[in-house]
Amino acid sequence: MNLLDQFGPPVLPTGLGPLRTAVREFVAEWTPTSTPEKRALSWMGFDADFSRLLGTKGWLGLSIPKQYGGHDASPFERFVVSEELLAAGAPVTAHWIADRQSAPLILRHGTEAQKQRYLPAICAGELHFCIGMSEPASGSDLASVRTKADRQADGSWVLNGRKVWTTNADRCHFMIALVRTDPASERHAGLSQIIVDLTLPGVMIRPIKDLSGHEHFNEVTFDDVRLEADALIGVEGDGWAQATSELAFERSGPERFLSAMTLFRCLVGAVGPTPDARQAMEIGRLAAWLISLRSMSISVTAQLASGEDPVWAASCVKDLGTGYEQDTVEVAMRLIDSLPPGEQAATTRRVLAIVQSMAPSFSLRGGTREILRGILARGLGVR
Amino acid sequence: MRTLLQETIERLLADTVTPDLLRAAETGVWPADLWAEIEALGLPFAAVPEDLGGTGASWSDIFVVVRACGAAAAPVPLPEAILANSLLASAGLAPPESGVIVFAAGSADAPIADVPWARHAQWLALRDTTTGRIALYSLTDARIAPDSNVAGEPRDTVTLAPGSLIADADTSAATDAVLLGGAMLRSAQMAGALGRLTEVNADYANERVQFGRPIGKFQAVQQQLAVLATQAAAAVAAAEAAFLMADPAPDLLTTASAKAVSGEAAGKGAAIAHAVFGAIGFTHEHSLHFLTRRLWAWRAEYGSDAFWAERLGRTIAAAGDDGLWPLVTGAFAETTNP
Ligand SMILES: Cc1cc2nc3c(=O)[nH]c(=O)nc-3n(C[C@H](O)[C@H](O)[C@H](O)COP(=O)(O)OP(=O)(O)OC[C@H]3O[C@@H](n4cnc5c(N)ncnc54)[C@H](O)[C@@H]3O)c2cc1C
Repeated sequence: MNLLDQFGPPVLPTGLGPLRTAVREFVAEWTPTSTPEKRALSWMGFDADFSRLLGTKGWLGLSIPKQYGGHDASPFERFVVSEELLAAGAPVTAHWIADRQSAPLILRHGTEAQKQRYLPAICAGELHFCIGMSEPASGSDLASVRTKADRQADGSWVLNGRKVWTTNADRCHFMIALVRTDPASERHAGLSQIIVDLTLPGVMIRPIKDLSGHEHFNEVTFDDVRLEADALIGVEGDGWAQATSELAFERSGPERFLSAMTLFRCLVGAVGPTPDARQAMEIGRLAAWLISLRSMSISVTAQLASGEDPVWAASCVKDLGTGYEQDTVEVAMRLIDSLPPGEQAATTRRVLAIVQSMAPSFSLRGGTREILRGILARGLGVR
Repeated sequence: MRTLLQETIERLLADTVTPDLLRAAETGVWPADLWAEIEALGLPFAAVPEDLGGTGASWSDIFVVVRACGAAAAPVPLPEAILANSLLASAGLAPPESGVIVFAAGSADAPIADVPWARHAQWLALRDTTTGRIALYSLTDARIAPDSNVAGEPRDTVTLAPGSLIADADTSAATDAVLLGGAMLRSAQMAGALGRLTEVNADYANERVQFGRPIGKFQAVQQQLAVLATQAAAAVAAAEAAFLMADPAPDLLTTASAKAVSGEAAGKGAAIAHAVFGAIGFTHEHSLHFLTRRLWAWRAEYGSDAFWAERLGRTIAAAGDDGLWPLVTGAFAETTNP
């Protein structure tokens, strides 16, 4: 692998300006109806009406074909819409997982019936999905999952087991779960992905309060849950390959460096137009990394657009990006006592408290820092 | 253009820049053959428009040349010559047809410090801070007080000789064109050096055996190498952005970002590289230091990471909280961006 050629020039194709302007204006109108504290939640902010509104605007399912309610747009258009929403702290979590990974997964591996059933509603912002990968005893070691789906004589499935840390399970319609479909199998073999209707009997969802006091993630227990034959998505036994290629979708996007953007904005506002040297240096350093991470993310998007599978580069963006987000908290901590007193400083303090209590999760969710670095090391040929 | 430039320069440097050549260069030997080949390929004129006798390449294409010079630790001022000639051309002055040319900012009637490679150069493109003009001087009779950076690269103090002005012209270039241009070059050189550093580290981790296995099999070492690689990748991406936005002149936002990020990455990357190589990498005999000492040197030149971060920070603060995001997204060409 030639490391130096993993990131090309960050060229955004022309013609995206009107889309960017439209999203930016829409978001500017919405902003006064929100608060900085809500915007601080970034892509953990839930608002089903807002998601539906985005659907009517045509800003969801951008990469999905028109025949399934999507827009046949390029990854760049999706990039622009995503980054404008995230930079403004818009509440996107309701549709986020469905739009980012469930829909592309269903498009790639689903049957025609599954595509018809799920995709149009996802593109409308009406159908919300969550990801059931982690289990109490299976975190980084995902291949050890034990939740199992047993095939019945009539082709239907019976699901038993327990998923945990499932973001938004309590407010979603469906989960795509990674489960063992071959009871005799071990590790990566014998796993499949299965779509679970979360309203079915036998599904128990218990919200878990995180240290910020929010209930974003859940424990989900399956007790003899009966699923129809077409709950299986893709090929039986191919779940591992399907799930790991799905992870590439979630590792290079702007949500991997914009989670703390509301805090950065508040900080800039609170410091004011004439910073001292220390303030200027700290803010400028954050801006330098932000501009550079965006450069990386755009060049990964260009690779996605040309049909490549930039797993290594995407892991790079996530490792650096989540570190940068956590660094924003560090910078805010270093500057907090230097802010001129007033309303903006008070707001910044409240926003800092929120982002600080979410920050440890930035480098856990979607694969821990150590796991990502393992992937990077493999790409370098030392593993 | 980019692919052709990349193949040409990488092949040339791979063939000629050996540890022996680098060692000799540090004792003051000028690699005349290498420079002759560089001139024969027309590389110093890459950024000069075709009507002034150059190649007319974009800075985005030239990025791969400067990056390759950094990766190879090339002991010649090719990046400097490219920028010097482009400064002249931007003021409508024809670059000299041959000979080593470097650049500086300063006053023609006072000693000019930290001029790269001056002792080996025939020409100086000067951004005259007194007259505000761009000038071409001959260095043939100049007084040169030799000095060097921590990597042993010439950084001399030049006192120009009376009557050595060849030509000068008014320029529209920004007052700090030399500072910005120099910072941009060094960010690409650091990106190149960090990329090469990652490769040699990965190779070494696969070769060096301790406790009965290659040290690269130890997870602690793997994680360090991954960090080195991400820092290299960040420097590459940051510098790419600066070069992409450098036409017609180096751009403040992306150059400041590139120098700040690559400087920080240089510090972290060099430290990891030395940790992984152990004692052998700390010897003068080993060639690791040709890269790491250059990273230290280049990090400090044309504004440190802290210098550029502070400057960028003042721009951001002036734009305010509502201006931050438009400024960040406006940093890259997206032509119809508001
Ligand atoms: C906010 C949040 C939201 C989440 N949302 C979801 C979701 O929607 N769906 C879902 O399925 N999961 C979700 N997760 C779970 C997430 O994917 C896991 O937390 C993650 O994979 C790590 O697993 P773990 O927490 O069990 O930690 P563990 O795997 O137990 O790891 C603990 C520590 O050991 C390290 N470690 C483990 N193995 C190795 C190794 N081989 N080498 C080196 N170090 C190692 C880890 O890096 C970490 O530092 C979420 C997590 C968070 C925090």
